[in-house]
Order: sequence, then structure tokens, then C-alpha cells
Amino acid sequence: MSLFKVDGYALTWRLPLLVWQSIFFIGPLVFMVAITFFLVKNYRMREAFEMINWIKMLSRGYFWDSYFLTLWLATLSTLTATIVAFPASYALAFKASATVRRWAVFFLIIPFFTSYLVRTFSWYVILAEHGAINAVLSWFGLGPFTMLNTPFATIIGYMTLCLPLVVVLQTLSLANVDKNLIEAAWNLGAGWMRTVFGVIVPLAKTGLIIGAVICFILSYGDFVAPYYLGGSKPPTLSILIIDTTKSGQQWPRAAVVAVMMMATLISVAFTAVYLAYRRK
Amino acid sequence: MNTRIDKLITAGLILYVVAVFIFVFAPIITSMIFSFNSDRFASIPLGSFTLHWYETVYNDPDVWDAVQTSIIVAVSVGILSTFIGFCTAYTDYRYSFRFKNGYLVLALLPPTIPLIIIALAMLAWFARIGASGQIWSVVIAHTVLCSPFAMAVIRLRLQQIDLDLEPAAWNLGASEWVAMRYVIVPFCKPAIVAAMCLTMAVSFDEFVVAWFVSGLNKTVPVIILEILQGNVDPQINAIGTFVFVTSMTLVVIAQLLVTLRSPKRSST
Repeated sequence: MSLFKVDGYALTWRLPLLVWQSIFFIGPLVFMVAITFFLVKNYRMREAFEMINWIKMLSRGYFWDSYFLTLWLATLSTLTATIVAFPASYALAFKASATVRRWAVFFLIIPFFTSYLVRTFSWYVILAEHGAINAVLSWFGLGPFTMLNTPFATIIGYMTLCLPLVVVLQTLSLANVDKNLIEAAWNLGAGWMRTVFGVIVPLAKTGLIIGAVICFILSYGDFVAPYYLGGSKPPTLSILIIDTTKSGQQWPRAAVVAVMMMATLISVAFTAVYLAYRRK
Repeated sequence: MNTRIDKLITAGLILYVVAVFIFVFAPIITSMIFSFNSDRFASIPLGSFTLHWYETVYNDPDVWDAVQTSIIVAVSVGILSTFIGFCTAYTDYRYSFRFKNGYLVLALLPPTIPLIIIALAMLAWFARIGASGQIWSVVIAHTVLCSPFAMAVIRLRLQQIDLDLEPAAWNLGASEWVAMRYVIVPFCKPAIVAAMCLTMAVSFDEFVVAWFVSGLNKTVPVIILEILQGNVDPQINAIGTFVFVTSMTLVVIAQLLVTLRSPKRSST
């Protein structure tokens, strides 16, 4: 076979992805980096190569407030989801039959296909001053508590988004842990805590970290929970992008925020992958 | 071992799982309940049963336009992204080549990037190439987001195929195209339909990118977002319930197709 023979059949299957994702995925992302150097005059973007957008955004205190707030909220969300999900995933992986586990996973995937906006609005109703939780608490003479417009409500929103997915990923990775090794740990006299944290967690490490990373990415980019439940004071980076884009057509400055978000996410993801696949 | 403590722990874990499921489903069930509740401002105790919000939604031409747009977008996205997903899955199944890892990264990367970033990038890019604010702007953007899901579903199906099946067809004189038509495609059919349902459901629900690039061609979730931004009213629950039923129908069909084993394997 000649080295330069064109295999039409192979190319037919290979090209659609390459063409589509280059033009409509890589293209936009590269262009977004380019427009961080563009200028806006009279509400129109003009090609240029200026650092002004970077200087304007990165020298503002409010940008860094948002930056660290977003980082903090996403971290908090990741820790909460990982810790809250673990006992449930543990139970589904080790205490439930395969059939129950399959159904549980199926039911946990359902929320992924229901409107996240509507679910957030429901939490708004549940957590409100005269909402369901305060109504129940008032029967016991408690409250009312202010829950909306607090970081607590933001985290509830993030959990709505992430928790089902994290439970699914943790359950699948825990279910793959070799039961013989757990048995062996028991037989060798390891206690409950020691078996879980010394044997099971290290064996399921990759899946647990992947769940955490996905939760981090979702929370980091979400604007619905911090805006509608958290009150957006100060705004997170995603809200900053929306405000900057929609008011005043400042796309270049919004792009600066987006590029900063990407850089942060890439570093977090690489660190996590390194931790997940590192050998002891 | 102390079996009583063991039993207590197990019982505690079961309760815990139930609590997690309550947390996950509370907002979904709440919105369904409130969609039939007469009070304009949601509060406890509930008002009386009403279909008022469904009537409001039913009589709102904006919602009908949005439903129409959403359906056109979802169907187009389903077809396009399933086609791209199939091509990619088959390439991954059949070939190995230089830069294949890069190829797969390109195929699976989109869901790992926050939607708000993709939305901004697409908005700027579409404005640049003169494709902004059209109904097919949303189609293009959603196809980028959905094809990885289609690829994953179909790739899983190809995992189950007997590796000798395709070469056997070639040996019997079938060309590669004929083998594709009569061996691979029939084998993948349930996964192809499942991938279509799944990608349609994802597209039907996506609002961040749609909000940025749709212009005046609003989809249903974009309408929901706008109601949330303006005068919040219980219509939202009625629309949400409608979206939920639509997406769930698609997901259940997909799930059934993936899990049910087809009685006859590759019939031809």
C-alpha cells in the first residue's frame, strides 16, 4: 500500500468531527482569546492588539473579589458534594444489590434532564422567608431564618447541580473495588474506619477525584445558583461575564474574565489528574 | 464482629441514601405541586388546586413560538450530533493513527468547558462569521455540545460487537461501505436512536449558550430564564413540568433502547 494513498472510506468517518469541532469549537475559543486584545469603539468591536482590556480588568479590585469568591465557592461546593455523597455512594456500592444500584443510578441521572432553572426556582420557594422550611420550623416555634441570599443557598444550588452526578460517579467507582481486598482487610483485623479510609478510598481514588473535578467545573462555571439563590453580592466570575457582555457590549473584557477562568480550570484539572494517577 | 452495630450502621446508611434522594427530588416535586397551586406568590400553606398557570402558558404565543423553536433545534441537533458522534465512535473503534489521542480529546472536550465560556466564545465567533441570532446558530452550538454524548453512547455499543464480524463480511466479498450498511449500522441502531433521544433532551434543556446566541429565536429554557429575571410567576412551574415530561420521555426511550437487549442480533 502506498503511503500517500487516500483512504476515502476512513476519511469519511474521521473528517466530520475534525471539520465541525475545528470551525465551531476550537475556532470560537481561539477567537475569544484574540478578542481580549481588541478595542470597543461606539459599541462596535475593532481589531487591534492592545493590552488595555487586560490591564483594565486585572487592576480592578472587584475582579479579584469575584475571582477569589468563585474559587472559594467552587472549592466549598466540591468538598461538600464529595463528603455528602460518599456515605450514600458507599451504601449503594456495598449494601445494595446490583438491581437496586442500577435503579438508583438511573434515578440520579433523571435530574440531569430536568430544567436546572426550574429546580433552582423551587429552592427559592422552599428556602424563602415564608417558604416550606420556615413554615415547618414555625410549627416548632423556630425561625424564620434568612436562607436566601446567603452562601448557604448558593451551595444548595450547586448541590442541586452536582450532587446526583457525584453520587453516580462515586458509586460506579466504589462498586468496582475488588471485594476480596475489603474482605482481606476485615480478616486482618482492620477496623471499620481503617477499611474505608485505608483500603476502599485509595482503591477508588480515580473515580472519587473525577467526581470532585466535575463538581468543581460545574460549580465554577454556574451562574444560576449564585445569582438567584446567593444574591450575587459580590458577583461570581460567570455573572461578571454576563454583566460585562450584556451591558455595554464589552465583549473583550468579558473575554479576559473567560480566559482567566479557563487558565484556572486547566491548572485545577491538571493538578487533580496528577493526584489521581500518581503512584504512591 | 458485633452484628448489632453492623445492622445499625446499615440502617443509618439506608436512611442517609433516602435523605439524599429526598434532597435531589424535592425541587422537582415542589415545582410540580406549585404548578397546580392557585397562589401567585408561593407560600405554605398551599392555596387551592388550579390549572390557571397551564392555561396562561397555553395561551401565550411567545411560549408556542419557543416550543416550536426548541423542537426544530432539538431535532436538528439530534440528527447532526448523532451523525458526528457515530462517525467519531466508528473511527475510534476501527482505526488507530497518529494523533489519535488528540482526536479523542477534541471529541470529548466540550462538556468539560463551562457553558458560560462557550457561550461567550460562540457569541463573538458567530458575530464575526455573520451567523449570529439565527435559529441555526443555536443548532450549531448545541451540536458541538451534544456530539460527545452521542459518541459515548454509540462507542459503548460498538464495544459489544464481535471484532470478527466486519472482517467476515469483507471476506464474503462485501466492500467496506456494504459492510457498514449491513453489519455496523444495524448493530448500532438501538444506540443510534438512544443517542438521538439523549442529545435532543440535552438540547431541549440547555439555556446558557442558547440565551447568548439565539437572538430573537428564543428556546423554551431561555423563556424560563427571562421569566426568572422579570416578574417571577408560577407559569415557570407549568413550563418546567412540560419540559420535564418531554425530556423524561426521551430519556426513558433512550434508557430502554440501551438496556433492553434486541431479540435478534443484526438481522441481515
